Amino acid sequence: MSQHPTTYVPKSAFGRWFESRLPIAGLIHSSFIAFPVPRNLTYFWTFGAILVFMLVSQIVTGVFLAMYYTPNAAMAFQSVEHIMRDVNYGWLIRYLHANGASMFFVAVYIHIFRNFYYGSYKAPREVLYILGVIIFLLMMATAFMGYVLPWGQMSFWGATVITNLFSAIPLVGDTIVSYLWGGYSVGNPTLNRFFSLHYLLPFMIAGVVILHVWALHVPGQNNPTGIPIKSGKDAVPFTPYATIKDIFAVVVFLIFFAYWVFYLPNYLGHADNYIPANPAVTPSHIVPEWYFLPFYAILRAIPDKLGGVIAMVSAILIWCLMPWLDTSKVRSTAYRPLYKQFFWVFVAVCVVLGWLGSRPAEGWYVIASQICTVYYFAHFLIVLPVLGFVERPLPLPNSILESVMGVQKGGAGMPAGANAEPQSKG
Amino acid sequence: MAETTTHVAEPTRRDFLYIATGAAAAVGGATLVWPFIQSLAPDAATVAAGAPVEVDLTPIAAGQIVKVFWRGKLIFIRHRTPEEIKAAQDVNVASLRDPQPDSARVKQGHDQWLVVFGNCTHLGCVPLGQQGEYHGWFCPCHGSVFDTSGRVRGGPAPINLPIPPYAFASDTKVIIGQEATA
Amino acid sequence: MMTRTLLIAAAFLGLSVPAFAAGETPVPPQLKWTFQGPFGTFDRAQLQRGFKVYREVCASCHGLSYVSFRNLSAPGGPEFSEAQVRALAAEYKIQDGPNDAGDMFERPGRAADRFPSPFPNENAAAAANGGKAPPDLSLMPKARTYERGFPWFVTDVFRQYSENGADYLVALLNGYEEAPAGFTVPAGGHYNHYYPGHVIAMPKPLSDGQVEYPKNEAGQPQAPETVDQYARDVTAFLTWTAEPHLEARKRLGFQVMLFLIVLAGLLYFTKKKIWARVGGEVEGHATPPMTHNP
Repeated sequence: MSQHPTTYVPKSAFGRWFESRLPIAGLIHSSFIAFPVPRNLTYFWTFGAILVFMLVSQIVTGVFLAMYYTPNAAMAFQSVEHIMRDVNYGWLIRYLHANGASMFFVAVYIHIFRNFYYGSYKAPREVLYILGVIIFLLMMATAFMGYVLPWGQMSFWGATVITNLFSAIPLVGDTIVSYLWGGYSVGNPTLNRFFSLHYLLPFMIAGVVILHVWALHVPGQNNPTGIPIKSGKDAVPFTPYATIKDIFAVVVFLIFFAYWVFYLPNYLGHADNYIPANPAVTPSHIVPEWYFLPFYAILRAIPDKLGGVIAMVSAILIWCLMPWLDTSKVRSTAYRPLYKQFFWVFVAVCVVLGWLGSRPAEGWYVIASQICTVYYFAHFLIVLPVLGFVERPLPLPNSILESVMGVQKGGAGMPAGANAEPQSKG
Repeated sequence: MAETTTHVAEPTRRDFLYIATGAAAAVGGATLVWPFIQSLAPDAATVAAGAPVEVDLTPIAAGQIVKVFWRGKLIFIRHRTPEEIKAAQDVNVASLRDPQPDSARVKQGHDQWLVVFGNCTHLGCVPLGQQGEYHGWFCPCHGSVFDTSGRVRGGPAPINLPIPPYAFASDTKVIIGQEATA
Repeated sequence: MMTRTLLIAAAFLGLSVPAFAAGETPVPPQLKWTFQGPFGTFDRAQLQRGFKVYREVCASCHGLSYVSFRNLSAPGGPEFSEAQVRALAAEYKIQDGPNDAGDMFERPGRAADRFPSPFPNENAAAAANGGKAPPDLSLMPKARTYERGFPWFVTDVFRQYSENGADYLVALLNGYEEAPAGFTVPAGGHYNHYYPGHVIAMPKPLSDGQVEYPKNEAGQPQAPETVDQYARDVTAFLTWTAEPHLEARKRLGFQVMLFLIVLAGLLYFTKKKIWARVGGEVEGHATPPMTHNP
């Protein structure tokens, strides 16, 4: 996926014969073995690998669950219970899948905020970044439809509430909603199509992930200093250095994952979803899964149906404008003393929004949600553009190596002569 | 997973670390596959549902074949006529592809009742009753021929129709799936 | 039978419990359970007693429809003997069919059968119970909870507190009392301290001495025959019906955690060794003015 020419020559005659017909080994070699990686990457850079692992894990557990799950309104709940009770290790596979969704979002949020902090979204990585936003949107759609499948009370009412968002669209809203449902309310056709799409979307995510990784290999990885690789000494080859670090990080993340799966498997879900769907009774407190809560809070902060929906959608779409809203010439927040403070305020606002999303929409919760929503958008529309002009960044180091090791002490980096410099001109 | 090149000092310790890590990762990976493979096996409900099935023989007239299911598998219960019993017994056992006397295929004293699995031993189609050269069964898929004892007499089937475990609870009742006690 | 009369109309008023009424919702006391924590297991004798309470009290109105008789003898549950389970199943009438004549018929239960529901369908259940169908109990402790709030929902993660539903159910079964002065209980409702909104359709189901417990060697009941003990035992039993693989889950969890920690340790040192080839790992950035990375 890297664009610089590969120096890879297969050892065996068959390898050379095959390589001249399908240069896949060379592609893998240049992308995942010889690819130069900034030597100062922190563990925040391992979340890409963790996310790939989680995607694979979700697809594998999902495929096995689909062998027993029945997407029918009369049988879905029972089929999930069948998996939990009778299928060999069915409980394990389902808990891996259900908690895996949450773990996927834990990892993706860390990945996203790492990108915000270190300015990874800036030129020349705009396309890489926007592909990431698309993956996030696909993940949200997949997770939402997956939560509908057990056909419990939260599944049913979550589906009802979220699909009804589309009714806010003027003129065609109601038609769109009935097309989403395949009926006059959420029902069996809705469940069937959600199952179909829930199975399809992860493979679309996998496709966009390939584009995302491809786009990453053109400019190369950003790093904590935000300055590009300037010489071979700034970088190390992807394998074994980044690979072993990624594998280690994945295993540590697995410990975290396993803790939820084995000891608190239902903590991140809702008790109401163990009650079969009942179109006649709405649970008294409808909340989405935790990873949607900040956006849910923004939706409810606006006292207008269409306005709320627009605000919620904009809250994510505005991310796509970040490369152009941020006027600072410095990438890494490490060298932006003023922005660093705004960044952490922004993180706090997102967390508070998440908490507010879990509260009932009444009293001062609404006012707090409104204040936070205003700040959320102000961060993008005011802080990012203005700060670039008023902030005086700290002096940047001359190179990655100088930053992390000091000028005089130079360790071995990429082997001499290796084509170490990726095309990072920005 | 482990990197096994050795070109730095302390080769022994280094090798040991890499081998241990690689081995642990390999064991972990292999163990991870186990629950997924196991989940493909018949689940607890399916296994438990394979309870013995009771069949009342009274309504089955001589010459009639009824089909019942045990563990999801088809079973023929054939009430044989005296001619059919005689045809099944008067066979040179040595000449058969899967030599078995008729007496080994029925319960003693219940010669008229033949209980066999109802799928052809070739590739699993359901043979048609009272057809074929020996008026036992004839498989329409690939032309296997069975006699009135369910023994293969022609065509590609390699062995006789197998006998499920069953026992007579009384003269008019069989329990399929249960071995005879005593 | 007094119990029966009481139970005729037993039902929960609403389907969903975590109603966070604006006013104060009483917090159920947290109880000690044998199945809590990373090494928790069920107390077999307690599950067997709990099953007796379910059978003699709850079962006349509440189904247990996701549970099969055979589960009662499976490892990790009450672990009745297989013979006991066969005998128990045979006491139930199970509808089967259609037979050769095309009719449905009733036969004695087998171990593979699920518990038959007390009512043929939800409408019948509602009609017999003043308009509210008594909910199925198979998943009850997982389907009920109570509000934890900040910061407890954070500390719960470290304490592995996941017995919210069980604590709530015991509190509920113990929570029947006189309505406080000024509180009007609508017709067909009953005052319960812990039920959200306090008005529950199910009348007080348990009373002291109602269920006879097995005797120990001294001829005394194995556990006190009190409402509180009945409530704990039946809740433990229902926790098992809701999560029949709880013991296997925690056991496997410990093995997995142990393995992952060892593997992570090995990988950590492997990673250090590998990075030593390029002079060790350096991360992040120096804070200006330029200094050596510590």
